[in-house]
Amino acid sequence: MSEPLLEVRNLCKSFGALVVADEVSLALRPGARHALIGPNGAGKTTLVNLITGTVEPSGGVILLGGHDVTRWSQARRVKHGLARTFQINTLFRGLSVLENVCMAISERRAVAAKLWQRADARADVIAEGMELLESVKLDGDARRLVRELPYGRQRLVELAIALGLRPTVLLLDEPAAGVPSAESHVLLEAVEALPESMAVLMIEHDMDIVFRFAQRVTVLVQGAILTEGAPAEVGGDPRVQEVYLGENAELHGGRR
Amino acid sequence: MEQPAYRNPLRTGAVRPTELLPWLAAALGFFLFPDYLQLGSQILIMVLFAMSLDLILGYAGIVSLGHAALFGTGAYTAGILSAHLGWSEPLSGLVIAGLVAGVVGFVCGAVILYTRGLTLLMLTLAVTILLQELANEQEHWTGGDDGLQGVVMEPLLGLFEFDLYGQTAYLYALAVLFVVFVAARTIVGSSFGQSLRGIRENERRMHAIGCPVYRQMLRAYTIAAVMAGIAGALLAQTTEFVALDVLSFERSGDVMIMLILGGTGRLYGAFIGAPVYMILQDQLARLSPEYWLFGIGALLVATILYAPEGMLGLAERYGVRARREAP
Amino acid sequence: MINSFISIAFDGLAFAMILFIISVGLSVTMGLMGFVNLAHGMFAMLGGYIAVSLIREWGAPFLLGAPLACVAVALISIVLERTLYRRLYGADELQQVLLTIGLVFMGIAVCTFIWGPLNVQLDVPPYLKGQVDLGFRRFPTYRTFIMLISFAVVIGLWYGFERTLLGAKVRAAVDNQRMAETVGINIRRLFTLTFALGSALAALGGALGTEILGLTPTYALEYLVYFLIVVAVGGLGSLRGAFLAALILGVVDTAGKYYLPAFGAFFIFAVTIVLLLWRPQGFYAR
Repeated sequence: MSEPLLEVRNLCKSFGALVVADEVSLALRPGARHALIGPNGAGKTTLVNLITGTVEPSGGVILLGGHDVTRWSQARRVKHGLARTFQINTLFRGLSVLENVCMAISERRAVAAKLWQRADARADVIAEGMELLESVKLDGDARRLVRELPYGRQRLVELAIALGLRPTVLLLDEPAAGVPSAESHVLLEAVEALPESMAVLMIEHDMDIVFRFAQRVTVLVQGAILTEGAPAEVGGDPRVQEVYLGENAELHGGRR
Repeated sequence: MEQPAYRNPLRTGAVRPTELLPWLAAALGFFLFPDYLQLGSQILIMVLFAMSLDLILGYAGIVSLGHAALFGTGAYTAGILSAHLGWSEPLSGLVIAGLVAGVVGFVCGAVILYTRGLTLLMLTLAVTILLQELANEQEHWTGGDDGLQGVVMEPLLGLFEFDLYGQTAYLYALAVLFVVFVAARTIVGSSFGQSLRGIRENERRMHAIGCPVYRQMLRAYTIAAVMAGIAGALLAQTTEFVALDVLSFERSGDVMIMLILGGTGRLYGAFIGAPVYMILQDQLARLSPEYWLFGIGALLVATILYAPEGMLGLAERYGVRARREAP
Repeated sequence: MINSFISIAFDGLAFAMILFIISVGLSVTMGLMGFVNLAHGMFAMLGGYIAVSLIREWGAPFLLGAPLACVAVALISIVLERTLYRRLYGADELQQVLLTIGLVFMGIAVCTFIWGPLNVQLDVPPYLKGQVDLGFRRFPTYRTFIMLISFAVVIGLWYGFERTLLGAKVRAAVDNQRMAETVGINIRRLFTLTFALGSALAALGGALGTEILGLTPTYALEYLVYFLIVVAVGGLGSLRGAFLAALILGVVDTAGKYYLPAFGAFFIFAVTIVLLLWRPQGFYAR
């Protein structure tokens, strides 16, 4: 078996008395399609923030391609192949779709620091940007400002920016969140078309999507891993059902 | 390969015909208003100053209430060079002043750009007032409240005397403005400029795509500082005097208002805002300072509520609409 | 030596109290709505001018004129909040800064037009003039009066903030707005209310403080920086923070001007920079 691209060992984080990550361990190998599920407030997004380096862990180790990146800056981790998307659109709303993806491409190609080179003279960056947009079927919107796009298309831009970084490890935070189910197939197709060698970790609520996409599933409850396994195993686990049903029961005001 | 849709002409390399307009106007102004050349040079200087603010405010999104700190540093550097050190060659004085302002900008920026929001606002403000107090206190060097007297300029390039009508001064300011503008235009059109725009639009995402945000902001701040320092030095050199108000909060506010009136994030906003502001001020303040103050206040409120992208933004919006309606 | 020390402490304290009364409303509204309101100093200035007019021209007694001025300013602030401020909630801070600066300019022009450009002072009634003997030393009666009023305000605010339903709502909203909304707090109405209260307090400080700060139309800009420092150094929305910051600012500024007059306000800004770099979110960050 190949070495993991991303490995998390015993990751801990607490805000005061609130524990949001409790000895979390995970490993993603090349080609991994891994889903992270759990009730609201389980610490899924915090885990992504810990891995990408926006939140500093209280304990544990994060390895990226075999390097210990626990103390690395977010930018440095990105340069080593780690990319993410956001649950809530985090886009350059006042720029065109093409400019959005080119932003990531120039960062990756390390030309973003150059003062004297014209942005539009970089035909290769733009060509790559258009190619990328074609691959996610956004090329028709290349000229439009992001803020003028419908929400579903914006979710695609969210994904495209991350792909512009050509990551080896991609963290998707609920890629289809807020997209009407009639439109979500475009997003799911884009997710399914991701390069095979890429290791993908996806936070998702919708169990249908999880079953369709994931080879492995990790269930997070109150910051700790409840179980990990193949989708069918996890789906049949009574503890997992209890977590989800319990939540539902509470939502409907049944218990307590 | 299709060209991307750039709304801002500066994002394409080609020079558009409309871009020549302000330069044409500036050249015409020289011949049409020979009696107003002093006001004219001051307008050109404020255009330069506002353009430097645009680089950090309009492109990188850094809200500074203390941009006068860098303008004033440049002005006092050029003034002291001549009045105290006998260095009265204008061009080298300009370069030195720009560099000194750049160093000050770099040091200040390195410290304050870790903060955001109100804290950043307050730090820029506090640094300016601190410098002003310092200038006020160091009377020996700055002349304190009375201003720095005794600034003299040698002929420009050894050929052109600074005359009483301000002809040399006007053309000097115009030439410097042009050179700095070309540099600024190149910078905002570069990948670096694009990266600054990204920081303004969404800093969080810039971090997430691996941009060293702090470093990019500091570079922009330093470049803007050099430009502001050059503007300040121009003022000192062309008026042969430095008043304490080059470092004032009011000047920081004025330049920001000029930029907002014209429109941020497009360099040319400064070319509209500064003349409009200064000509209005010249005319209205003659009637009564209260009229002027009320007028500019009302104009500012109206701009924010109805044309937050400034006059250029307004013109562009209608321009785009007209073009869309045309077949 | 001791004498001058005591009088500096006394004057510094009086200044600090005025600063606190004026700034506290700004701190709470900025903490609540994240609105950078540079026109707050204008409300203090208006309070001063309206009180002067009420007392001098309408013959209102001092103890009636000052509160009436507060009510007037509160009403003015509600009108502005409903018509202008409201449009920029959630907008970026630059737009808020510029809108309110525009308001300040208009306010300065109007005040110059009505009250003239020269310094105006509140007429202090005879019973507040002269000196009062506090046992160990004599102090100016009016400043002692200012301090008493200020202490009353501080205690009132503390009580209102900590012990009333309104205060609890404000604290909840400053702490976590989304959460507060989900438990049914009407943020907008709450904001209008605190905005009016804050403006009224600013007016009170403006009216009482004319003897210390003077009163000219440029007041709104001149002291704005001080009010902002109190807010930024204290921490947005923090009562304790604003109090502590006002105390430091008032005493350091008074002492600096007394001992090293040549440096003017140098100390204040040096201290501000150091404090903000040390704690970028202020003393009591959220």
